[in-house]
Amino acid sequence: MADKPIITVKNLVKNYGDFAAVKGISFEVYEGEIFGLLGPNGAGKTTTLEVIETLRDKTSGEITVDGFDIETGADSIKQVIGVQLQAAGYYPNLNLSELINLFSGLYGINKTPMEMLEKVALTDKAKAKYKDLSGGQKQRFSIATTLINNPRIIFLDEPTTGLDPQARRNLWDLIREIRDAGTTVVITTHYMDEAEELCDRVAFVDGGHIIGIDTPNNFIDKLVAGGFERKKQVKLANLEDVFINMTGKEWREG
Amino acid sequence: MNQPKKYSNFNATMAIAKASFRSITRSPSAVVFSLAFPLIFIVVFANIGGSGVSVDVAVAKTCDTTSPVYSALKKNPLVHFITNKTTAEMATSLSRGDIAAIIDIQKNNTLPLYTINVQYSNASAQKGGVFKSELTNLYFRINSSTNHAPPTVAEVRSTTIKGREYKYIDFLLPGMLGFSLLSSGVFGTAFVFLSLRLTLVIKRFFATPVKKYSIVLGEALARLVFSLLGAVFIILVGHYWFGFTLIHGVVTVLNMLVLASIGLIIFMGFGFVISGIAKNESSVPPISNIITMPQFLLSGTFFSVTAFPVWLQTISKILPLTYLNDAMREVAFEGAGLGDVTHQLLILGAWFIGIYAVAVKTFRWE
Repeated sequence: MADKPIITVKNLVKNYGDFAAVKGISFEVYEGEIFGLLGPNGAGKTTTLEVIETLRDKTSGEITVDGFDIETGADSIKQVIGVQLQAAGYYPNLNLSELINLFSGLYGINKTPMEMLEKVALTDKAKAKYKDLSGGQKQRFSIATTLINNPRIIFLDEPTTGLDPQARRNLWDLIREIRDAGTTVVITTHYMDEAEELCDRVAFVDGGHIIGIDTPNNFIDKLVAGGFERKKQVKLANLEDVFINMTGKEWREG
Repeated sequence: MNQPKKYSNFNATMAIAKASFRSITRSPSAVVFSLAFPLIFIVVFANIGGSGVSVDVAVAKTCDTTSPVYSALKKNPLVHFITNKTTAEMATSLSRGDIAAIIDIQKNNTLPLYTINVQYSNASAQKGGVFKSELTNLYFRINSSTNHAPPTVAEVRSTTIKGREYKYIDFLLPGMLGFSLLSSGVFGTAFVFLSLRLTLVIKRFFATPVKKYSIVLGEALARLVFSLLGAVFIILVGHYWFGFTLIHGVVTVLNMLVLASIGLIIFMGFGFVISGIAKNESSVPPISNIITMPQFLLSGTFFSVTAFPVWLQTISKILPLTYLNDAMREVAFEGAGLGDVTHQLLILGAWFIGIYAVAVKTFRWE
């Protein structure tokens, strides 16, 4: 993979009044990778994402997204990104097809609902309301709405929070497919196993700073090289493997 | 790479309008408030009004109920005979004004064949007057039918000029339209924008290239189309089932729709303000009621503003719905054009400027 930056963030600062949520963050996201922003609640992950997504104004710093400067090219950036917000709802009383039509109109793009729903295996739910979907279906639908404008980059904010192991794995597969189709993915998560499994590179965010950025493997190797050892000997499988093994891989529509 | 098309704000606005319209038609409260309530009010009140006045007349115990005079009066829909009272009860009822009169018809052995004794009371002078005039009509009719000779002393020739009958529906329906527009504009707009904000739908919209004005315009357009369709429906039901007067037919309807649009846009301004100041969805109804209830009661929705004491009328004369109702009635019944209601339109215009000045300050996107 040629490490060609598609997002460049330099010294990003974001203050809410007196409160400094982001205190000078710099990082690059490479084209075609799955990039993870990891960190505890309140670390500034969502704020950082929302500034890059043009949803919030920055206090200072420089950001370019796919060659567009965030200050002068916000409209152009909106055209090339897809955004999934944490805990966002959808327009009330509409079914999935109608919601896709709405977003097609908002993006100014002609996409048939079925074409989009097919990408996330929700064609059988075309006439269903968003609120009647299961947690995993909701997240997949959200991802479908981010793909309508054939974006260069999509942003997923904690897409797997609250999902059961099957739905989570199913979503990982979907996210990998999207990456393999050439779209860069920026994702936030609290789950380290998820980041380890899914992300090509991760950045740790804490207290408004980036405290480390590398591939999951390098991070682990460095820690181990430093003499770290788990208290409990690692077994060849973990409890989630047991769970999946016992309940089956196929995804429950619950 | 796909050729980037020029982004169309018009298409985006239309996409929102379409989505919003679908959503409104599927929202029970929108349909109930804009259509069901006004129609129910029309059905209920028009029927109460339609039964007209009737006067209660007690029949004295000595009254000859076999006489043709009695049966003729009995057939008169304006006269309601009461026969189950004692003589003493009749006297009290009459003195209290509960009944309009006591009638006592006596058969004579000489001409005239019947003497009609009627007792009236000051306490019910108005209803007494109605009965008196009915009685006089009957008196002439009976006398002339039994006696074909020309009247001896004088002749009464009554001609009635043909005028438009002002029915209660002519008053009620414009008020109901106003009510429908008020609730749709205020409640509907407030709820939609608050919930779109709270559920982050608007935030998600902002991650697309859509412009803010497209969101407001799309929503407004959807509500306008929905409300106007509702207004047409109410007008048609009123016209064909309840005889609502439309002086110039379609032209009148079109004029009414223009007024309805103006009214709705102003009421939506209130909705924008409420969506900005409400903290959550449960605080929308109380704030909305503060705005809609006084207008509902004081703006001449059910009865004329002139029925209120003067101090209340001064309040009525501030409220925008008063002028919308006023203008609607002028247009529908008097056949006024929009140019004839400029006074009302000017005051509505002032409201428009005022409320949107506040809305711009209070409205919040997130």
